[in-house]
Amino acid sequence: MEKMKLVMIGNGMAGARTLEELLKLAPDLYEIAVFGAEPYANYNRILLSQVLSGEQTVRSIMLNDVEWYAGKGITLHLNRRVAKINRANRTVQTADGEIAGYDRLIIATGSTPIILPVPGNDLEGVVAFRSIHDVDAMIEASARLRHAVVIGGGLLGLEAAYGLLSRGMDVTVVHLAEWLMERQLDRAAGRMLQKSLEAKGGKFLLQKQTERILGEGRARAIRFTDGAEIPADLVVMAAGIRPNAALAEAAGIHCNRGIAVNDTMQTYDPRIYAVGECVSHRGVSYGLVAPLFEMAKVCANHLARLGIGRYTGSVVSTKLKVTGIDLFSAGDFGGGEHAEEIVMHDTASGIYKKLVIRGNKLAGAILYGNTVDSAWYYQLLRDGRDIAGIRDSLLLGQNHLGNTGHQGENRAAAMPDSMEVCGCNGVTKGCIVKAIKEKGLFTLNDVRRHTKASASCGSCTGLVEQILASTLGGAYAPQTGAAKPLCGCTELTHEDVRKAIREEKLLSIPQTMQFLNWATPDGCAACRPALNYYLICAWPRLARDDPQSRFINERAHANIQKDGTFSVVPRMYGGITSPDQLRRIADVADKYRIPTVKVTGGQRIDLFGVKKEDLPRVWADLDMPSGYAYGKSLRTVKTCVGSEWCRFGVQNSTQLGIDIELAFDRMWTPHKLKIAVSGCPRNCAEASIKDVGVIGVDSGWEIYVGGNGGIKTEVAQFLAKVKTGDEVMEHVGAFIQLYREEARYLDRTAHYVGRAGMDTIKQRVVQDTANRRALYDRLLYALEGAKNPWAKENVNPREFAALAI
Amino acid sequence: MDNWYKVTTLADIPSSGSRVVKTRQGDIALFRTAGGAVFALRDKCPHKCGPLSQGIVCGNHVTCPLHGWNICLENGLAAAPDVGCARPYPVRVEGEAVYLALG
Repeated sequence: MEKMKLVMIGNGMAGARTLEELLKLAPDLYEIAVFGAEPYANYNRILLSQVLSGEQTVRSIMLNDVEWYAGKGITLHLNRRVAKINRANRTVQTADGEIAGYDRLIIATGSTPIILPVPGNDLEGVVAFRSIHDVDAMIEASARLRHAVVIGGGLLGLEAAYGLLSRGMDVTVVHLAEWLMERQLDRAAGRMLQKSLEAKGGKFLLQKQTERILGEGRARAIRFTDGAEIPADLVVMAAGIRPNAALAEAAGIHCNRGIAVNDTMQTYDPRIYAVGECVSHRGVSYGLVAPLFEMAKVCANHLARLGIGRYTGSVVSTKLKVTGIDLFSAGDFGGGEHAEEIVMHDTASGIYKKLVIRGNKLAGAILYGNTVDSAWYYQLLRDGRDIAGIRDSLLLGQNHLGNTGHQGENRAAAMPDSMEVCGCNGVTKGCIVKAIKEKGLFTLNDVRRHTKASASCGSCTGLVEQILASTLGGAYAPQTGAAKPLCGCTELTHEDVRKAIREEKLLSIPQTMQFLNWATPDGCAACRPALNYYLICAWPRLARDDPQSRFINERAHANIQKDGTFSVVPRMYGGITSPDQLRRIADVADKYRIPTVKVTGGQRIDLFGVKKEDLPRVWADLDMPSGYAYGKSLRTVKTCVGSEWCRFGVQNSTQLGIDIELAFDRMWTPHKLKIAVSGCPRNCAEASIKDVGVIGVDSGWEIYVGGNGGIKTEVAQFLAKVKTGDEVMEHVGAFIQLYREEARYLDRTAHYVGRAGMDTIKQRVVQDTANRRALYDRLLYALEGAKNPWAKENVNPREFAALAI
Repeated sequence: MDNWYKVTTLADIPSSGSRVVKTRQGDIALFRTAGGAVFALRDKCPHKCGPLSQGIVCGNHVTCPLHGWNICLENGLAAAPDVGCARPYPVRVEGEAVYLALG
């Protein structure tokens, strides 16, 4: 079969990224031809300012060189401007007359700098700041000439000014507004920025409008509307950009300043897609790279005929890439009605922070002088997270980026390259930075895939994001947490999927995937276990549990170890055992030559190094119930000895622990669930770092939820105080059921409580008595008749027996 | 010369699942995809020797249970950006019978 023809007009970052994404998804679908007006392959335009300042070279900012295109079988036409699109014949024609046919067309023509319509704008020495060509001209001029004037005090203008300053020129920035970067900064931050740049030698003329550029043949000076004149041998126009839509417009494609596209990046002509700065999406054109990459991804997905993914617009952030100046701005900081501001201004150390809050959500942020928390604020902003609970400390930043496993280090920029970032996979900062630079990584997922940093326990995620942010600067786009799809097989979120399962009464994984248009025939290792859990949670006793969609531990009812053997933890309800049980455990350890017998942190005994084929016989000989130490399920209920023996004990914590463990045994949950019961406020069972902690007081029991003692220590939050053991059972059961029904798969209770909010949980579990009973009843219904997976009649022998030749 | 051995029947390999075959050359994992195809790989992940037979089978790849590498069942190659290969073995299905070739 002949391949379809894909032509791309424009060869900038958005376009090339689209091709990269497309080739990843469908390497053989298209015969691809690219027309680029510049004589270079794809380079990182964002870093041009660093080429100008001499911190990078043209070579080092190349993203895809000519060899890359050749290697992928892409025909690359450099220095060839497309002059015309003929939609009727489906061809494009270059300025020099060549004609190429297409089945699909990508327009990625980018934008052009706005050249002020003033007399003299065509003189020699007047340049824009857009391409390698412009930068070459500026570098060349800086070697010969003295006075540079940059028109425009926005991001681009200031980076140009800094570059020219570094090259030794005398630089004046002319700006129409009252302060610099007025679209990204407020007056205070704008003034601070001006001061820092003045310290570097820059001069600033604000509220000045250019009237004309003077000179004979080449620029000599600038005159302003107020009559003032300054010398100008080099004039850099950086007064903004305009989407390059003329080509599309001439072909009759609907444009609205930029080329109008829908959420799949398709233009008015369904065969033609557009991405990048030339686009107008929902009336917005973007000039920063992060949104362009999101567009590229969506466009590639649709070109690859997968048809999932929509681009729904971006919240953009700005970082100024000027060495020695830390500046970050995102969202809307203009204030207005209902906007509340939190401001910190330390003039002596040059630090300014302003957070704008609207309706308990972060709406905008400006950071000057200290931007280490920019990634975190940006994330809060994009997720639209409720910040009511952390408002008091919001301005202080996320001071717990590094949780465990990296020496408490939490400032990425200051870390030496040799410092270990990911304690799980042994990845250093230098290794991450190298991968980002050499492999052209832009997202957290890219870094995870290539280096494995933060891919295991995830505790260093914040730190890795910070390293990404500081390495990439403005090109960094943090992941959104709010609308994150369940996995790569679908665009739907966990919540969407659960809702469909409930409302459409979906009962099996194939049925669910078909109904929800899964992109893969039978899912992946991420979505299958999640779907399996959602099904059996929503439809207990109706949905069929699919062992092949469970991780091996839950399929084999034991924990896989690094050598492929398994470990076995029998239940000891409430941590109570007997000489008879201990004798049996000892006999089993002897009989099956079990190499390691260990007491666990959860008051049980773990037998390590059991061969898979021995598991059924080990269980039979132990004659104890499964401890579910392998599952997303109720693990242990840890207890202190309580009032039976302890001279301080005021409640019988051991008995209540046994009761809880018996009642909620054999229960599947979104992630593992740990409970503890202490008999007095001394809390020897450490109940305050458990998913559910119960602490006895003289007058009854206090119940706490959402604690965690692992990666990131979270102290459990108070849920309710009750009098009797029965009340404890009902409250704890109701909370667990709420967590079971609403948490995302693999969310611990701490994550769930953080998202749902303690107030809501209290309302539904404590205040609303009827709802509590209903939740509790649903849990009991789900647990009724659950079987011990270790009992002989419940073991599937085929799972454990090996074949042999 | 390959030596073909009848190792099991199709019905004895769970769909989207696997069986382990003990051989003189070490363990071999026998997979059956949801589509019904049967593949055999050396039961060792190229990363840290995890038993691939214990992984979750999706489409034509298996996810290693130890660290989540994805291995292609057809050729044993690890999915990018990981690099490595678990040796594939030829498999033949005749009616219900599953044959495995040891080189």
